Amino acid sequence: MEVRNNNNNKYDRQLRIWGDQGQLALEQANTCLLNCGPTGSEALKNLVLGGIGSCTIVDDSKVEARDLGNNFFVDWESIGLSKAKTVCNFLQELNDTVKAKFLEESPETIINVNPDFFSQFTLVIATQMKEQSLLMLDAICRKQGVMLLIARSFGLTGLIRISLKEHCVIESKPDNVIHDLRLQKPWAELKRFSDEFDTEIDDSVIHKHIPFAILLIKACEDWRKTHGDSLPSTSKEKAEFKNLLSSKRRGVDEDNYKEAILSAYRVWSSPTISSELQKILNDSAAEVNMNSPDFWVMVAALKEFIANEGEGDLPLDGTIPDMTSTTEYYVTLQKIYQEKAESHVSSMEARVREILKRIGKDPQSISKSAIKLFCKNSRNVRVYRYPSLEDEYNSCIGGELQRLLGLEENRESGNGAQVMVGGEAAEKGSPSHAMDINATFYLLLRGVDHFAAAYNRYPGIFADEQEDDAMKLKSIATTLLSKMSGGSRAVLSDDLINEICRYGASEIHTVASVIGGIASQEAIKLLTRQFTPIPGVLMYNGIDSTTTILQLTTCI
Amino acid sequence: MEVPGRWQDIDYLLLREGAMVGPGFEPCPELREALHNDLRILVIGAGGLGCELLKDLALSGFGNIDVIDMDTIDVSNLNRQFLFRMNDIGKSKAVVAAEKVMQRVKGVKVVPHYGRIEEKDDEFYRQFQIIALGLDSLEARSYINSVVCSFLEYNADGSPDITTIIPMVDGGTEGFKGHARVIIPGVTPCFYCTLGLFPPQVTYPLCTLAETPRSPAHCIEYVHLIQWGQERSGDSFDADNPEHMKWIFDEAFKRAQQFNIPGVTYSLTQGVVKNIIPAIASTNAIISAACALEALKIATMCCRSMDNYMMYMGTQGVYTHTLSHEKDAGCLVCSPGVPFEVDISISLQKFMELLMDDPRLKDKLSKPSISYQKRNLYMQAPPVLEEMTRPNLNAHLFELMDKSSGKLNVNDKKLTGVLRVSVSFRGQGDVVVDMDTAGGG
Ligand SMILES: [Zn+2]
Repeated sequence: MEVRNNNNNKYDRQLRIWGDQGQLALEQANTCLLNCGPTGSEALKNLVLGGIGSCTIVDDSKVEARDLGNNFFVDWESIGLSKAKTVCNFLQELNDTVKAKFLEESPETIINVNPDFFSQFTLVIATQMKEQSLLMLDAICRKQGVMLLIARSFGLTGLIRISLKEHCVIESKPDNVIHDLRLQKPWAELKRFSDEFDTEIDDSVIHKHIPFAILLIKACEDWRKTHGDSLPSTSKEKAEFKNLLSSKRRGVDEDNYKEAILSAYRVWSSPTISSELQKILNDSAAEVNMNSPDFWVMVAALKEFIANEGEGDLPLDGTIPDMTSTTEYYVTLQKIYQEKAESHVSSMEARVREILKRIGKDPQSISKSAIKLFCKNSRNVRVYRYPSLEDEYNSCIGGELQRLLGLEENRESGNGAQVMVGGEAAEKGSPSHAMDINATFYLLLRGVDHFAAAYNRYPGIFADEQEDDAMKLKSIATTLLSKMSGGSRAVLSDDLINEICRYGASEIHTVASVIGGIASQEAIKLLTRQFTPIPGVLMYNGIDSTTTILQLTTCI
Repeated sequence: MEVPGRWQDIDYLLLREGAMVGPGFEPCPELREALHNDLRILVIGAGGLGCELLKDLALSGFGNIDVIDMDTIDVSNLNRQFLFRMNDIGKSKAVVAAEKVMQRVKGVKVVPHYGRIEEKDDEFYRQFQIIALGLDSLEARSYINSVVCSFLEYNADGSPDITTIIPMVDGGTEGFKGHARVIIPGVTPCFYCTLGLFPPQVTYPLCTLAETPRSPAHCIEYVHLIQWGQERSGDSFDADNPEHMKWIFDEAFKRAQQFNIPGVTYSLTQGVVKNIIPAIASTNAIISAACALEALKIATMCCRSMDNYMMYMGTQGVYTHTLSHEKDAGCLVCSPGVPFEVDISISLQKFMELLMDDPRLKDKLSKPSISYQKRNLYMQAPPVLEEMTRPNLNAHLFELMDKSSGKLNVNDKKLTGVLRVSVSFRGQGDVVVDMDTAGGG
């Protein structure tokens, strides 16, 4: 019987999502937050509540009146005091199991003076930082193998970007679970069990409790006998196959037959190895050596498994959906699938141990439970590789930007006509409208940093210079766009440029709370290695409440 | 209670023109003052979404916030309901949340209401200019929706009377997923218009539970729904009573063993019996903030509104879909009325029978009372009114409605709000022509 302590109760609602292993990963993580304005404070708040191991807040500013208007983790009494210390104390109140620390220092100084500081962390969350510092930070984090999460709120817009070399996910937990039942090629034990049933049986109670999996296995056998050993392939044949099942149904109360007809597609479209998984199998990292991470060792073993005892298939995950049946039939069927899955785990384990030995590592260095988890999820394992910030800034996001702004066709058609981007040209509310605005916001946030580099302040912060700033920003952003879109003659609409200047680099609490919230979701996904992270730059648009991802990594 | 520069970030939005603002936006300092002093907003629910909403609204400049919640604080709230601590367990959520927000955000007034939403009368809800919903049940949403939509009145030309509209923002979360939406009754779809957006609840056939259980959940539900009543009929089951929950778990565990079904745990037992929805701080923060931002837009018009529903999915990357749902023109709750075409000779009595027999309304009515433009046509109670209006039953509806098509309000004990019925008369056109002819003659 389980013993549940207070922490399990406290975390009950989240343990139901990421489980004890996920929670353990969070509790072992050391995070660092750079700048504790509302965006950073909100991101960290959500992680502290969830029970992150430790957090260190780095910020050298003092609490000002302005902070009282947008940050919940400062108060009246703390005006003039260290913001890092104030936020740290208030966050600590939320969860005493978290080690909350602070450092009254500017992130830029640490980046410049003490880059080794970052090596102690699992994850660094950099908020409200400019391009130049981020470039240096990214290089440091990559070198030290620290995950980097960038979050920024700017008026009614904001962005999130993950940067790391490689992120391997075993438990990607897709929303749609695909059951791998192998009804068209039952193995010996499953075939034997299926043979125990007689679909012509008189006993109506038994007849309506034969599990649909068995009905389909038998229907396949019958079909093969009369169709030269092949399965239904044309739509006519498929309909005929379903009709055969229907004809055996004795009444509308026979739910098992209804389920069999609804599940008949499983016979001709059994789950295959996806192209994403195939890419992982073909990746050069699957040629393992001494330095290969466990994940890739298991991928190497998976490749061998598929080629040998898997006979072209993945290890069985061993789960079956619920189906109308008696308890006894169902439990027996469940066992047959589980035992087959177990035997696949054993084969995989032997291969993993063999490979470990071959590459000169301890053959026991990967636990059986880890191998089991890998097998259970092998269909959905994923790998993400993010380009460096330097690559993003230099060029590699250009194609994506052109795609979202609809500039590709323009250039290809070669008519050289000017295209207005970021305006209200596209129909409001349409997906292309959101893409157009959000991609333009990406460009403008880049532009804002260039503006700041040139003028040592953000555009629009002084009311009397708002118009002038808009013109300067337009010229900067136009140059940037032209560089990133290979010289396309796109014209930026004034609406969004004015809007950005209107914001005056403000950090609106609700926007910060959205951005901080998304950042903490991503942090949890990265740290628990569950679910899948944002594969690029996510732009948030609070005007229309939309988001757009500028794709940086196709999962390999 | 103000220091200069405190609201600088929000002020950029409130004091400057923009190209993407709401209708009639006039940037001026009075906007923030009105937001702080005059406007009243109600937050329904002080749980995962409610705590966030209170913080977000207070830091958006809203100065007069009410919050209502019937729950007390439980240990399982602490992973996300950040206004509560271990030593608050057992206290009223609304009371503690209001205290904490006022303590931290100086100058904001938060009035707590510890109780059920059904206990408050119409006058309570009418006090507010905006209502923000942080609820976790469809029933509570439907209730508030009916109340707020019952305030809505339509002008003669069929357009909603804007002075009767109370806009709502609504959020909901489950794990890494959620939704945020804006409901402007009469303008954008209400809950009832889009009931289909909510997934149906999982239920199991009783015969499966009793005879052929196959999953741990089947065993748990059997003990919860059947065995409890058979063996402990004297006790009414309380999911918050640890002894009750333990009993369910023990019995379900035994039943599962007997059927060879693995996987019954205490945690799963709680999950199934209480229909627990997984919840995390980050998703609540995202959804609440999206809602609060919409509330700020509605209050100040500093930016155009979201149109009108955002779905958020955070499990596979981040995917959002913002879509403009359509109003249901025949919505029972928010539309100008359920259309009825009747003969001009119909009596009120016959018309009421028609209502009761109509498949659209059948389950919603038991003893309807009917009024027309604030005039009672027939009232079921009190007896005095019933007697006074009884003679109308035999009168022609056409006469009672001043010889024109129009809207009737139907009240019934079975309804939470008012039901509008839009009546048009067959052959009415001929009548008008006849009259014209007569006049011309
Ligand atoms: Zn409606």
